[in-house]
Amino acid sequence: MYNKGLVITGIVIFVVFFTSPFLIGLVKSGPPPEPELSPKAKLAKQCVEAKEYMVESHMQMLNDWRNEAIREGKRIYVATDGKEYTVSLQNTCMDCHSNKSKFCDQCHNYAEVNPYCWECHIEPKEKL
Amino acid sequence: MERSRRSFLKILGISTLGLGTLSAVDLLAKAEMGKAEYSPNPKGMTGKRWALVVDVKKLDEETTQKAIEACHLIHNVPDYGDEEEIKWIWTDKYEHVFPGQEHAYLAEEIEEKPFLLLCNHCSNPPCVRVCPTQATWQRGDGIVMMDQHRCIGCRYCMAACPFGARSFNWKDPRTTYFKDKEPPNPKYPTRTKGVVEKCNLCAERLAVGEMPACVEAVKDSKAIVFGDLEDPHSEARELLHERFAIRRRPELGTSPNVYYIV
Repeated sequence: MYNKGLVITGIVIFVVFFTSPFLIGLVKSGPPPEPELSPKAKLAKQCVEAKEYMVESHMQMLNDWRNEAIREGKRIYVATDGKEYTVSLQNTCMDCHSNKSKFCDQCHNYAEVNPYCWECHIEPKEKL
Repeated sequence: MERSRRSFLKILGISTLGLGTLSAVDLLAKAEMGKAEYSPNPKGMTGKRWALVVDVKKLDEETTQKAIEACHLIHNVPDYGDEEEIKWIWTDKYEHVFPGQEHAYLAEEIEEKPFLLLCNHCSNPPCVRVCPTQATWQRGDGIVMMDQHRCIGCRYCMAACPFGARSFNWKDPRTTYFKDKEPPNPKYPTRTKGVVEKCNLCAERLAVGEMPACVEAVKDSKAIVFGDLEDPHSEARELLHERFAIRRRPELGTSPNVYYIV
């Protein structure tokens, strides 16, 4: 191989340069934040569905909720365990998860997602 | 080891099948989780064609204001007081409400009276026809509903509505009108900049078995009667049977479902 030294250094610089956003992100962002449960949520032990499902699919569920409630007029959610909940972000979810900044915002900020729920839906008042 | 093409293809086929089944089982297991059901509230009111009958004689200025205030408080409707006003329920003069029906010798009482106006929840709603995103649509019970999540703010519906029942949010109510004061009803959302809004005939209240806010607010005087026109024994239907009532601009063919006993 000709110019071995130059070529390999070149490749290394290229790789580092193109992965730098990811590397910087890794260093800067640190470990992901743990969502904090409000006392009421802690007491309830379980959300409307299992924790893993909620972590993974809460956005899908909220989307289903809004379609079912508004478009289909079905405002009661019968969970897999048979319990019934009123389909409402503002009145059901946030009644338990009343600590929006610690429960929703931390993770959303970390992942840089900006759900625009709160432009219309009124968030619970947090005791600071 | 020498392997024939035949046996190689066999192994390939079997392993693809195996992998495919694995991921399919995985997917199905996940789908199982989200298979919960949705149902309407059994306490909710059901009908086929909701309508309001407004008895104009019984609605003096004070009761009219009461109805308006009840609606605006429940739905967090801002009161800008300028040309960017948000209208869910409002008033206007006879000559504007029933154009073409006015004449020079109109009874004074009628001429100056503020008529209570709201979305007519037409049977043949032009706003629904023009909406490009189906953000507004007609429910099975006749309510012309608005889904703020889907509204893109094109305002076709406002152009289509001959009754001026729709308002556009030129500004964000949360950063303007509700900047220094709380929205009065923490159980109901506000709207955001760039969406159209209007009366929803209190769909959220009907869903839990409550009367529309305006009807409830004036229930002592029975000035506004709510009922299902497809039900011959409903209060609204019986009232229409007894008294002569008119609708706004019937010649346009939208078939409004708000009736006025003048």
